[in-house]
Amino acid sequence: MNRRCGKTLFFDQPPSVLGFAAVGGKRESEGPLADGFDLLETDTTFGEKSWERSESKMQALCAELTLQKSGVAAEELDLLFSGDLENQCTASNYTLRDLAVPFVGLYNACATMAEGLALAGCFVAGGLAKRAMAMTSSHFCAAERQFRFPLEYGGKRTPTSQWTATAAGGVVLGESGGPPYVRAVTFGQVTDYGIKDINNMGAAMAPAAVSTLLTFLRDSGEKTENFDRIFTGDLGMVGSALMEELCRREGIVLTNHDDCGLLLYDRGKQEVGAGGSGAGCSASVLCSHILPELRAGRMRRVLFIATGALMSPTTTLQKESIPGIAHLVLLESER
Amino acid sequence: MRFFWAFLVGGGLCVIGQLLIDLTALTPARILVLFVVSGVALSALGWYEPLADFAGAGATVPLLGFGHLLAQGVLSAVERHGLLGALTGGFSAAAGGIAASLVCGVLASLAARSKDQC
Amino acid sequence: MKISKEEYDKLSRQVSPKSKLWTDCLWAFFVGGTICLIGEGLRAFYQTRGFILTDASALASVTLVVLSAILTSLGWYQKIASKAGAGTLVPITGFANAVVSPAIEYRVEGLVTGVGAKMFVIAGPVIVWGMMASVVWGVIYYFLRPMLGG
Repeated sequence: MNRRCGKTLFFDQPPSVLGFAAVGGKRESEGPLADGFDLLETDTTFGEKSWERSESKMQALCAELTLQKSGVAAEELDLLFSGDLENQCTASNYTLRDLAVPFVGLYNACATMAEGLALAGCFVAGGLAKRAMAMTSSHFCAAERQFRFPLEYGGKRTPTSQWTATAAGGVVLGESGGPPYVRAVTFGQVTDYGIKDINNMGAAMAPAAVSTLLTFLRDSGEKTENFDRIFTGDLGMVGSALMEELCRREGIVLTNHDDCGLLLYDRGKQEVGAGGSGAGCSASVLCSHILPELRAGRMRRVLFIATGALMSPTTTLQKESIPGIAHLVLLESER
Repeated sequence: MRFFWAFLVGGGLCVIGQLLIDLTALTPARILVLFVVSGVALSALGWYEPLADFAGAGATVPLLGFGHLLAQGVLSAVERHGLLGALTGGFSAAAGGIAASLVCGVLASLAARSKDQC
Repeated sequence: MKISKEEYDKLSRQVSPKSKLWTDCLWAFFVGGTICLIGEGLRAFYQTRGFILTDASALASVTLVVLSAILTSLGWYQKIASKAGAGTLVPITGFANAVVSPAIEYRVEGLVTGVGAKMFVIAGPVIVWGMMASVVWGVIYYFLRPMLGG
C-alpha cells in the first residue's frame, strides 16, 4: 500500500527510473558536468530561426534521447509531464505536436522537473500509468527576451543574478526495472518572504526549499544525515547560503547540501553571477549527475528539491513580491 | 584642454549614473528618465549651458545633454512661435538623434540577427 | 519556520554580495569618458569641415548613434556594457543601443508588430518623460517671459 503521512507520499512499490537524458548548450558544454550530458550543442540556435523554436528543438532532442536510452517507444508511454519557462509553456506544447503521447503541461518555473517527476512517480506507483515521463527545458535566449531584455541590449548584471541554463532533461519511470527508484515525494506549498528583487531569485526561493525539507523530515522522521546528498535546484550561491542559515536556525546543520545551480557551472571561470537557474538547470543536473551517480551505486539515498520562483514580468512591474515553491523527491539506489 | 574636460565631465556624469545603479534600488530605465528630466530642469535654470560651453561633448553626449537639447529647443521655439513652440520645440531639437536611432534600428533589424551571449 | 519576513529581509541583505563600487565606477568613468572624448573629437572634426557648432554637435551625436548601432548589431555593445555599466548606459550611444537591440530581437515577430511596435520598448520612457518635461518648461517659459522683460 502506498501511504500518505502528513504531506509526504510514500510509495511501497517505488517506480523505477527506466532511463534519462540531458541535453545542453554551449555554456553547459564548458561546465564541470559536461561529461554527463548526452548531447551538447554549441550552436544554441539548434538550427532554428527563433529562440522559441530552438528551445522546442532542444526539448524534442531530449525526448528522443530519453526514450531511446530507456528502451521505450513513444506509443508505450501512458503520460508525459513537461514544462518550461516560456509563456503558455509553448516550448513543451510545440515539442509535443510531434509526439503522440497523452500530455500534461506543467508550470512551476525552475521547480518544474521535481513537480513532473513527483507526478509521474504518483501515477506509476498508483497503478494509473505503466510508464510515465517527466521532462523540462529552459533556453537562456528565450528566457532573456521574455523576462529581461533583448540579447543585444547593454546591461550590467547584478552579482546576485543567476544565469538561465540552456538545457533540458528527461526521465522515464516504469513499474519495474533497475535502479534508481522514486521512494517518496513531497509537494511543497507556496512560500513568500517578501523578496521583490527579480535579480535575487535565490533569496526568494530559499525559504520554500527549507519549508519543503522541514515538512519531509517531519513526515518521514528522517534526519538530514541519513542522505548521501541533498540537492536543491537553482538556489545559487545566495540562496544556498540562506538555506543553510535558515536550517541552522531550525536546529539542522546541513553538511551534505549541493545546489544544481552551483554544480552546472564553474563560477570561478564562467560568468554566471550567483549560479545557474531555469527549469532546464535542475533537470539537466538530475540527468547528467544525480541519476548516474545513483545508478552506479556511488550514492544510495538522495533528496532532490527543485525550487521555483513564481513571478511574471507583469507582477514584478506591479511591485508584487516573489512567491517561491519547492517540490521534493526521495531517490534511492535500492528498492 | 577641451578634450580633457570632455573626458573628465563625461566620465564623471557616468559615474553618477553608476552610483545610482549600485547604491539605490533604481532600475536603469528610471535612471535614464531621471537624467533626461534633470537635464531639462538644469537647462531651464540656466545651469547646464555653462557646463556645455566648458566641457563640450562631455556635457552633450550623456543623456543630461539630451534634456538640455530639449529645453533649449523649446526655449527658442517659444521665442519664435509663442505657446505653440512649447509643443514643437522639444521634438524638433531632438529629431536628429531620435530619427538616427530609429533608422539604425530598422536597418539593423534587417541586417543583424539576435545572438546568444555565451 | 521561525524567522519573520523582516528578519529574513535583513539576513538576505547580509548574505547577498554587493556590487564592487570602485571597479564599477572606474569602468563607468573610463568607458563613459572615452565615448564623450570620441564625441568631442567628432565635433572638432565636423567644425574643421565648415559646420557651425550646433550642426557639428548634432552630426557628432548622429555618428555616435551609428557607431553604437554597428557595435550593437555585432553583439559587442552588450559585451562592453556588461563591464562598463553606466559608462555605456548614460551616453547617447546607450540610447541608440536601447532602440536598436529590441529592433533586432523582435524582428522575428514581424516588421510591424515586432520591429515597429517594440523598438521603443526600452527607450520610450526617456522620450515620453523628456518631452513632457520640455513641454512643461515651454509653458512656464511662455508665461515667465514677459516678467523677465523679454
